[in-house]
Amino acid sequence: MASASRYFEKQIRLRGLEIAFWLATLLPFVVTPAYLQLASQVAITALFALSLDLILGYAGIVSLGHAAYFGVGAYTAGLLAKHGWGEPLSGLLISAILAGLTGYASSHIIVRFRHLALIMLTLGLGLLLHEAANSASWLTGGADGLQGIKMRAVFETFRFDLYGRTAYAYSLVVLFACFLVSRRIIHSPFGLALRGIRENAVRMPAIGAPSRAHLRKAYTIAAVLAGAAGALLAQTTETVSLDVLSFGRSADVLVILILGGAGRLYGGLLGAIVYMVARDQFAGMNPQYWYFWIGLLLVAVVMFLPNGILGGLARFFPRKS
Amino acid sequence: MPRLLAIAALACFALPAAAQQTIKIGMINVLSGQFADAGIQMDNGARTYMKMHGDTVAGKRIEIIRRDVGGPLPDVAKRHAQELVVREKVDLLAGFLLTPNALAAADVSAEAKKFMVVMNAATSIVITRSPYMVRTSVTLPQVMETFGTWAVKSGLKQAYTMVTDYGPGHDAEAAFQRAFKEAGGSIVGAVRFPVANPDFSAFVQRAKDLGPESIYVFIPGGAQPAALGKAFAERGIDKKKTRILGSGETTAEAALKSMGEAALDIITAWHYDYKLDNRQNREFVKAYNEMHGRNPDFFSAGGYDGMHVIYEALKKTQGNTDGEALIAAAKGMKWDSPRGPMSIDPETRDVVQTVYIRRVQKVGDEYVNVPFDRIDNVKDPAGERRKK
Amino acid sequence: MSASLAGVLFDGFAYGMLLFLLSVGLSVTLGMMNFVNLAHCSFAMVGGYVTVTLTNSLGWPFLASLPIAFLAAALVSTVLERALYRRLYRATDLDQCLLTIGIVFISVAAAAWFFGTVQQPINTPPWLRGTVQLLGMSFGAYRLFLIVTALAITAVLIFCLEYTRFGAQVRAAVDNQRMARGLGIDVDRAFAVTFALGGGLAGLGGALAVEIVGLDHAFAFNFLVYVLIVVAVGGLGSIGGSFVAAALLGVSDMAGKYYIPWLGSFLIYLVMVALLMWRPAGLFGKR
Repeated sequence: MASASRYFEKQIRLRGLEIAFWLATLLPFVVTPAYLQLASQVAITALFALSLDLILGYAGIVSLGHAAYFGVGAYTAGLLAKHGWGEPLSGLLISAILAGLTGYASSHIIVRFRHLALIMLTLGLGLLLHEAANSASWLTGGADGLQGIKMRAVFETFRFDLYGRTAYAYSLVVLFACFLVSRRIIHSPFGLALRGIRENAVRMPAIGAPSRAHLRKAYTIAAVLAGAAGALLAQTTETVSLDVLSFGRSADVLVILILGGAGRLYGGLLGAIVYMVARDQFAGMNPQYWYFWIGLLLVAVVMFLPNGILGGLARFFPRKS
Repeated sequence: MPRLLAIAALACFALPAAAQQTIKIGMINVLSGQFADAGIQMDNGARTYMKMHGDTVAGKRIEIIRRDVGGPLPDVAKRHAQELVVREKVDLLAGFLLTPNALAAADVSAEAKKFMVVMNAATSIVITRSPYMVRTSVTLPQVMETFGTWAVKSGLKQAYTMVTDYGPGHDAEAAFQRAFKEAGGSIVGAVRFPVANPDFSAFVQRAKDLGPESIYVFIPGGAQPAALGKAFAERGIDKKKTRILGSGETTAEAALKSMGEAALDIITAWHYDYKLDNRQNREFVKAYNEMHGRNPDFFSAGGYDGMHVIYEALKKTQGNTDGEALIAAAKGMKWDSPRGPMSIDPETRDVVQTVYIRRVQKVGDEYVNVPFDRIDNVKDPAGERRKK
Repeated sequence: MSASLAGVLFDGFAYGMLLFLLSVGLSVTLGMMNFVNLAHCSFAMVGGYVTVTLTNSLGWPFLASLPIAFLAAALVSTVLERALYRRLYRATDLDQCLLTIGIVFISVAAAAWFFGTVQQPINTPPWLRGTVQLLGMSFGAYRLFLIVTALAITAVLIFCLEYTRFGAQVRAAVDNQRMARGLGIDVDRAFAVTFALGGGLAGLGGALAVEIVGLDHAFAFNFLVYVLIVVAVGGLGSIGGSFVAAALLGVSDMAGKYYIPWLGSFLIYLVMVALLMWRPAGLFGKR
């Protein structure tokens, strides 16, 4: 028992390369201060991808509807701010919890299925929620989006300004906090059980791990994190519209995670950085056909770096983890 | 010798001064995804104006920096607006195909006090979001309330409305029904189509079962108008007994080509058609075809007139790009556009223009929207109601 | 009332047949090789654009352009399979997804580049426009044509599957790939041919779809969801499954919109969720 917990402790401590990575995330403040809005949206997408990694990379649940929880978080944060509750941190917490509850409720259906049925069910539930939000335009503002969102300053001092300084700092801190939490979860007996379920779901109950309960827990946590990401988007941009629930958003985050490499915790973060920066650059160079270059990037990554960027790099730099 | 001196003088003047004497316009548009065609047409309209009138105004060169939002993504639109203002240091913002994008960017225009020209977004409230904004496209209440009133005046007493279940659809439905009822007509039923609806048979059959005097439709452009027109024909709706009333997008050029005979006798109300017969439009269509190889549509007209407002306002302020100066110059502007006479309302800063009532007829061997009635100087009624 | 219901059901069935043609290729190849080809609708798009180009620019008759659409799409899918897909048969599902989504992006951009973003008009011959009077009711001529074509193709497919040697090989490979290889069946070749056929059928579906749902550069994206729904509900590797699922979805979509219009957009997803919860492997699927 002592050696097991010592093993987990060793996993949890941040290694050199990781510390360098997190320090590097502070660079945009100094090196590219005109890109902080983009950096903020990259951080938000990274958190969203991280939440998907928990269920896809570690628990093996492929979801094409994960934007549902992102959207619930975004609309909750937006509605709170619209009706007077403009305080960001408490709004973030409430939104994340509400998204978690939605995730918990749907997890009862989701965890009972595998393979294509699972993928299509997540897709279907996501599409249904999107349609519902479109119909309930009295609540959501419909296609025009939620209007009248006014955020108060973080800690009453840091206003959300035109330059995006507060936005990026806020998003980055929340991302880091959620990352630490995810890390703790992955390197724990619960995390190991999840990986076991991913490898062989049928055998797990035989060694005493309650598959479905574990999966529900993981799914709920992932929903909480996705909701936090959605709330961050609503708060930092003061806009929410139907696209936060769209199939496009679910598909994008899936592509981002696969691009970066699922099941490696940093895959989502790396994928978000690469994809969003590439997309921004391609769109700037070639506004009409940027998606051609993105498609080429995706094909190239698959052909030369199987299992995503991190997966491909792991082949060149084999490590113990 | 004098010519050489003149050229040398010009060169000295132009080279170092070129950097300061540029006016940058940040154009936020949608150039990819399902709205790409509309966005490209809007951009083409702006480009055509610049080709026809040169790219220099009040001694300064106009430079356009284009950004693609990719769809109705207000967070992306807002970020682009912020980056254009902060990073590229643009002097004005223009474009805005979709309402959510216009609404989000308006916050930036208001905060940074930048003149903003909305070249397409048609929801009424957009104009209220920034005191530095003007619109050169159309608002749905402007056309649809006029249409509703006209429909009753032309003798129709009943209408059944069919619109797509999204923002513009709801706006059009509300506007038409309001005006139709106010003028004394009655709405016998209403239905909303899902947004991604490839097949209209069921809905058309429901309408046919009721047998109303007229059917009002509002659907987005693209594949749907042709599909709806064909559904009407297939289900056997007799357009002489049941008038079909639509928006301009229902009988856009591509839709008419696809519908063929099925489009005959559809009555639409809209503010622009490439076949309008006036001098400005003839020149516009000719230049547009030379540059882009196709005919302009109302998106193009919005882009074209948007550039016109920018150019004329800059001429009035003599190149001063201050938001306050430009908006003061733009208010009350009147001119003859390819769509007929139009102006910018001095109070609401919104577009004031002519609404044409047209019928689809066969002219030669094409199907064309032929205008047979018009209502001039129509202001946005929703904007007028807000004044009170 | 029953006449209008029959009309609605007929239209729904026609729409379902269109979905069937678009989806059957994906269902069989997914069932055979477990290769996730999300670029399937790009093949449909190829067929659509070929037909539009032949009939509009080159003045070919509509019917003559259909076999060319089939062949062009089959050719494109074969080239893609040889060049790229072959190397990823052993790769994970996720990698296959990423590759094929990349290809969708590229195909959409290519379509926009070559044909622009505008809606493509199509010139169907006059005898396919308008309505046909049968049993006192009027039916759209084009939809009738669509149904007849789809039924004919279904018959040919089922005949091939049940009564030819190649069909037996395909069935064996779908049931148990390892066993089939063990018995000496050249599964790779069978798959290559099936893949080409499936792509070709998608191309044909795309060509036939232009009249009903239009064609623009984003077609490959727009129809992906519906095709996936048909494949999942029908069951992988099953022609009959795709047929029934497509028909069911087309009809229920139409009937729903007729009787409960406010439910219109929800219905197809509700039906899918309900059917998948009842039969996770699809109506006729084995796994």
